[in-house]
Amino acid sequence: MRREIPTFIALFVGVVCIVQFFIPHRPFGTLVDTFSDWFGILQAFAIWLGALNLLRVSTQRTLAKKSHDRWYGIVVILSFLLIAIIGLFFSGGRGFQLAGTRFDYLYVNVYTPLSSTMFAILAFFVASASYRAFRARSWEATLLLLAAFLVMLGRVPVGDTLTGFLPEGYRLSDVASWIMTYPQVAGQRAIMIGIALGVASASLRLILGLERSYLGGE
Amino acid sequence: MIVLFVHGPAFTQSPPSDSMAAIAPTVAEPPAPHPPTGVRGSDAPNDNGEAIIVSWNLSPDDGAGLDNVESYLILRGTSPDGPFDTVGAAAAGQTSFTDATVHSGTIYHYIVSAVALAPVPGGEPKPVYIQSEPSAAVQGVAQWFHSRRLNALIAVIILCSAILYFINAARSGKSVYIRKIGGLEAVDEAVGRATEMGKKIFYIPGTQDMDEVQTLAGITILGRVAKVAADYEAKLEVPVSRSLVMVTCREVVKEAFLNAGRPDAYREESVYYLTDDQFGYAAGIDGLVMRDKPATMFYMGAFYAESLILAETGNSIGAIQIAGTAMPAQLPFFVAACDYTLIGEELFAASAYLSKEPKLLGSLKGQDVGKGIILVTILVGIILTSIGAITLKTSDPEKLGPYNIGQYFEVE
Repeated sequence: MRREIPTFIALFVGVVCIVQFFIPHRPFGTLVDTFSDWFGILQAFAIWLGALNLLRVSTQRTLAKKSHDRWYGIVVILSFLLIAIIGLFFSGGRGFQLAGTRFDYLYVNVYTPLSSTMFAILAFFVASASYRAFRARSWEATLLLLAAFLVMLGRVPVGDTLTGFLPEGYRLSDVASWIMTYPQVAGQRAIMIGIALGVASASLRLILGLERSYLGGE
Repeated sequence: MIVLFVHGPAFTQSPPSDSMAAIAPTVAEPPAPHPPTGVRGSDAPNDNGEAIIVSWNLSPDDGAGLDNVESYLILRGTSPDGPFDTVGAAAAGQTSFTDATVHSGTIYHYIVSAVALAPVPGGEPKPVYIQSEPSAAVQGVAQWFHSRRLNALIAVIILCSAILYFINAARSGKSVYIRKIGGLEAVDEAVGRATEMGKKIFYIPGTQDMDEVQTLAGITILGRVAKVAADYEAKLEVPVSRSLVMVTCREVVKEAFLNAGRPDAYREESVYYLTDDQFGYAAGIDGLVMRDKPATMFYMGAFYAESLILAETGNSIGAIQIAGTAMPAQLPFFVAACDYTLIGEELFAASAYLSKEPKLLGSLKGQDVGKGIILVTILVGIILTSIGAITLKTSDPEKLGPYNIGQYFEVE
């Protein structure tokens, strides 16, 4: 029964989700909304699991004397407690994160800059990854390098300045647009079609119970 | 029933009141526009009966005549005598509005009110409302079939039939050929390398929850990786960003160790939660990677902008990296930064590929047949369009536009 019940639930929910796509009549749409609500409730309860696990793992790391992670564990526990206490008692009550509260102050002045910093790192990583990706090691890689060079040059003003003598429609920005609109989109669509079929096939396997490895075991 | 009145200090786009009955007629200030005519309601097609399309003929003063119509307010009542409540607004020039707040089976009447700005000497202009006649009775009716999705239904039936046919064929012993997938062939090698080096294996099952098929596909591959890791006695660590994923991953890793005959080697704390936050998770993984310097990194599941941050950090410490995702915008990053990348559908094929289970392999063959049908359809479409037999059209011109470079940096 440990496998059968989850498999039956997957089958029932999967079939209802497919049916409601084609039949807008009650009860199908309502059922899907209900399933979505249930998932939200499950997620809400699971937050406790995550929070407690984070504290447990960090405490273990902190208590392990030779662990080089112990100081990070202390930082995690203190930050967790700080944000939890301020969030619970200084966030504006039921309004949650009202402007001007201490929680809002932390969010705007600590969380947001930290997130932005992580996002900004992408700019540097794009440069290093591009450096490796755009090396002319083979015929295909050379083609990619050439396309990337044209697109990058066409996306900045100097591209059109260099090719300003050419008639409109043949300048670098036009070439870049053409590459992005046709070959690039064609490639992306081919991948998207494969993905869509892959999702359909995987979903069918899950709904029919052919694929049960997510329940543990083979 | 035509009422002319002035209300409120200044015109705004928002409805002036919940009930027109509450709006007291005050001073009439000509010139007022003529009201819209021919107000009618019709049941919105292909829905669950909770929408009605209201349409009307423009006021003669909308774009012509006095040309002073600013907008229209749509009012709804359950009786032609009122009261009528404001349910929405439409800009001047528009002749329809979809009221998506109705109850299926309830009878409604609609009034459309033209709004104009009446000049006030020495002051700001005041809005003037002039109402149409109420519409005939209309009600929302739930439909039993979404007629515009007939093509999708046909596609689903064909695809599912092909998949089921090949599953049955594979069950009955017919051999199924599938090409080699480099990334999956390299799983054993990657785990073996970590074992030889005495370093950890990090497995990242994406940043989405259990309702995402990619996460499920990633967890399926985790089962295989965990089994090989248990066989080789390698150290496996699975930091996750969702609590439900953590629970599932624990079950899968535990079962894998059990199946490998090494239940004693399973450590519950090897699968742990970091944070739901996208960049907090990326920062957490980066910290772990820089400190622990794992020999092997797996990224299998749904990723957003954090993909390159993770993969470049793994690359910087020289880890062997295998990635797989069905997020087209993130694929180029994984291809650039990882040793092997499962591209799109390969991620979903992994479970069949790794298990060699005939039923699962059959579903891959069915998938290929679906791809062949789509290919033929596209070719026929190209030919028909080229000779002018059909014309492609889209309701949203934006959909035909090129992909925006901004999507590559999508924040969840």
